[in-house]
Amino acid sequence: MTVNTETTYEVVCRLDQIEREGGVTALVGGEAVAVIRTFDDQVHALSNYDPYSRASVLARGIVGTRTVDGEDVPFVASPMHKQAFDLRTGQCLDDPTVTVATYDVRVVDGVVEVGPRRA
Amino acid sequence: MASHPRHLRKQLVVVGHGMVGHRFVESAISRGLTETYDITVIGEEPRPAYDRVALTSFFEVGAQALSFLPSGRYDDPRVTLRVNTEVVAVSPRQRIVTLASGEDLHYDELVLATGAAPFVPPVPGHDLENCFVYRTIEDLEAIRDAAKKAGKSGVGAVIGGGLLGLEAANALHQLGLETHVVELAPRLMAVQVDDIGGKTLSRHIDSLGLTVHTGAMTEAVLGDKKGRVDRLALKDRNPLDVDIVVFSAGIRPRDALARAAGLDVAERGGVLVDESLRSSDEHIWAIGECAAVGGMMYGLVAPGYDMAEIVVDRLLGGEGSFTGADMSTKLKLLGVDVASFGDAHGQTEGALELTYQDAVSGVYKKLVISEDGKRLLGGVLVGDAAAYGILRPMVASGMELPANPEELILPTSRGGLEMDLPDDMQVCSCNDVTKGEIKEAVSDEATLNDGGPCVDAACVTAHTRAGATCGSCKVVVKKIVEDHFAATGKEVDRSLCQHFRMTRQELFDVVAVHGYTRFDDIIEGHGTGRGCDICKPAVASILASLLNHHVLEPGNRQLQDTNDAYLANIQRNGTYSVVPRIPGGEITPDKLIAIGEVARDFGLYTKITGGQRIDLFGARMEDLPAIWKRLVDAGMESGHAYGKSLRTVKSCVGSTWCRYGVQDSVGLAIELELRYRGLRSPHKLKGGVSGCARECAEARSKDFGIIATEKGWNLYVCGNGGAIPAHAQLLAGDLDKDTLIQYLDRFLMYYIRTADRLQRTSYWMDSIDGGLDRIREIVVDDALGLGAELEAAMDKHVESYFDEWKATIEDPEKMARFVSFVNAPGVPDPNISFRDERGQIAPADNEGPVALGPTIPVGAPR
Repeated sequence: MTVNTETTYEVVCRLDQIEREGGVTALVGGEAVAVIRTFDDQVHALSNYDPYSRASVLARGIVGTRTVDGEDVPFVASPMHKQAFDLRTGQCLDDPTVTVATYDVRVVDGVVEVGPRRA
Repeated sequence: MASHPRHLRKQLVVVGHGMVGHRFVESAISRGLTETYDITVIGEEPRPAYDRVALTSFFEVGAQALSFLPSGRYDDPRVTLRVNTEVVAVSPRQRIVTLASGEDLHYDELVLATGAAPFVPPVPGHDLENCFVYRTIEDLEAIRDAAKKAGKSGVGAVIGGGLLGLEAANALHQLGLETHVVELAPRLMAVQVDDIGGKTLSRHIDSLGLTVHTGAMTEAVLGDKKGRVDRLALKDRNPLDVDIVVFSAGIRPRDALARAAGLDVAERGGVLVDESLRSSDEHIWAIGECAAVGGMMYGLVAPGYDMAEIVVDRLLGGEGSFTGADMSTKLKLLGVDVASFGDAHGQTEGALELTYQDAVSGVYKKLVISEDGKRLLGGVLVGDAAAYGILRPMVASGMELPANPEELILPTSRGGLEMDLPDDMQVCSCNDVTKGEIKEAVSDEATLNDGGPCVDAACVTAHTRAGATCGSCKVVVKKIVEDHFAATGKEVDRSLCQHFRMTRQELFDVVAVHGYTRFDDIIEGHGTGRGCDICKPAVASILASLLNHHVLEPGNRQLQDTNDAYLANIQRNGTYSVVPRIPGGEITPDKLIAIGEVARDFGLYTKITGGQRIDLFGARMEDLPAIWKRLVDAGMESGHAYGKSLRTVKSCVGSTWCRYGVQDSVGLAIELELRYRGLRSPHKLKGGVSGCARECAEARSKDFGIIATEKGWNLYVCGNGGAIPAHAQLLAGDLDKDTLIQYLDRFLMYYIRTADRLQRTSYWMDSIDGGLDRIREIVVDDALGLGAELEAAMDKHVESYFDEWKATIEDPEKMARFVSFVNAPGVPDPNISFRDERGQIAPADNEGPVALGPTIPVGAPR
């Protein structure tokens, strides 16, 4: 693991190691983080832990879009019981009371870096 | 299982193992009567009870398919069935029945279910060779043999043009005989239909090449020198040259045992019983056609079933009573729909009649209406009985007629049914389902369809059983469902999901016609957005069915559902289970040892599955390739347990080892499993092959089940286990292996092309107009001309099959995904841990995410 010392971002992989509408699991700060790339090459990072099934699996879910209030929301569906989570906020689209943690993420020169967990 | 020693248990003897006797025993078992009684059932025929109502189909499907008890015994050890056994006497005082062998059986309670015998009018020559009756399988076998001897130019005559007579005529016609129907009354089916109805029916039957003689009295059957049937002499008419005569001039209750025992019998025959079905002796009961309830005999099976239930109820201490029966009938005779219900002959005082007749198309409908014009009393339908489903319950419920009752019988193009039926109206008489219950199943509060309401009629039928037995009310069920959705303003949305405004079948056609191979092209051309967890796996399945490519090709693997995505079954803690294919359940010791060694070396939990395979649980995703490398090296391949695809073809050991087996069921099961392995489908597919009628492979609980017969194989389709079990139904009987495979190829491909997403074969069948009959037309008769195309599609699948796990481990690009962490491939996910249970691993639950400590990596034990 390479730790970028000026900031708290960790390099996880090259962008081309993540398929479009696919995800990888990264170990960031000892935690399992799902890093997901959408069709338009946006990259999102959220906790890999599915609060419904209590298993570390979200990176393995299907990625798509769902129309919510006229807007196309990118989401990942848990591979266990298909609850959908907004990739940008971690908000569960099927239950407003449930959210998973999200992480700052950026792509620098084709390399994906995950930052600190968002508040 | 017996709760008391035998001498303390009461003995119940049932005389007669026909449809009603069998129903009695089934009900006695399911309602717990065998907790206190040992039951002995005595049947005179050489085989257990069978479906006598469907007797005419015997030539088509054979005796096995008609049997209610192919195994020859009941599942309850407290029931003994003795077939081929005759009771010759009943002694009510000693409570003993005496068998022809001289053996005496003691009873505490005796149930007579001896049925009825055909009435043979005492015309001269009625006992010549080649005179038959039409009642048992043996009768049909004898008729078939005689027809064979009579050859191509053979002529047969049926004496009697009632319901059974026309069934018999159908049988002779099927056997290729020139067929005459001779009826004394001025019309056919005199009991059920009126003059015009009878004439309409006659015209239909004439047009099929049969000859109907009404108002014709048989004076004698004349024989040739050898004492064989030669001519039929008719009063005031020319005689008929015939080779075979079948008497079907009504039935008479078989009450001889009761008469000889001194029980009261009815004036017109039948064991006289009261409303509790008890005879003049308090320990003797009579049910079915041998019983005369208050002097009245009922010649239909439904009242017989009611009687069976009532006697079981009484013996359990209940108060059930028989207060008459709905004698309405609907049937298809020689391809013509005929229905009769309520007061079909307008015998109610002041009754009015409303008729519709279309002589050209051979349709006749009559309604009998009360004097005030407000109630429907009965009716007759010939040629088109679709309205029966709605009319019969209208009579039974006594509901008020609509203002324009003629609409009820006019062709739908001229108005059709527009009426509001009351909620308490019984729609399905077979399973007692009311309109209210059907509406409940589709209301928003319903929870029976995956926790929500049903969205179509097929789902309602599956959950309420409305329309599941005779099917005559299916149109009404569909109408009620559609009306409900129309009234609540809910459009019945058949869209796959928000991204595709079409059904899976439509999407399948779109993909096939355009030759698409990529999801991106399909959603760009025909959908919106970027898809979801519903449409992506559906498209993946369609592409896999059409192309049979590797499901983990780039651009394709992100479409795969959870299990397909990693070619394994995900379990509750995020680990996977692994199932190698064990075709037909046959495995060598070496392979068994190899599986055991893999499980031991990777620390996997091991369990035998219901599909005769071995499931290895607890594999970490990153270990899957190494596990499969070992299995592939040992000669094994993917079992596709993770796919909506063919799973297993279960088999019994068959004729190779089993002393009862009549065919090689293991060999066929392996051949079929290898033929259809890897076939992606709308839902999982399971098969089974049994080597004899004992059905040890439980083939009829599968999507396709095959049961060996002496002559070949019977093919059953559309069964399943699970939450709502369905028995597979006979598609075709006595097939040779090539024909069997041809039909299966067509059946499976047609299902794959036309079923909805996640729609199992039984639901699919229910959703098809015409159900099983329609499937048979398409698969067996090739009515759509699709046969060759479907077979070619299956051939293509078989030729292009490859083991997707072997292909995966040979391709570094595909292997790259199988890592725990993209940036720490050697570190196991700390969220996964195990505990010990009965000497094997089991998932340990975590309350929240588990982080890896900065210094102590706490990998789970291997």
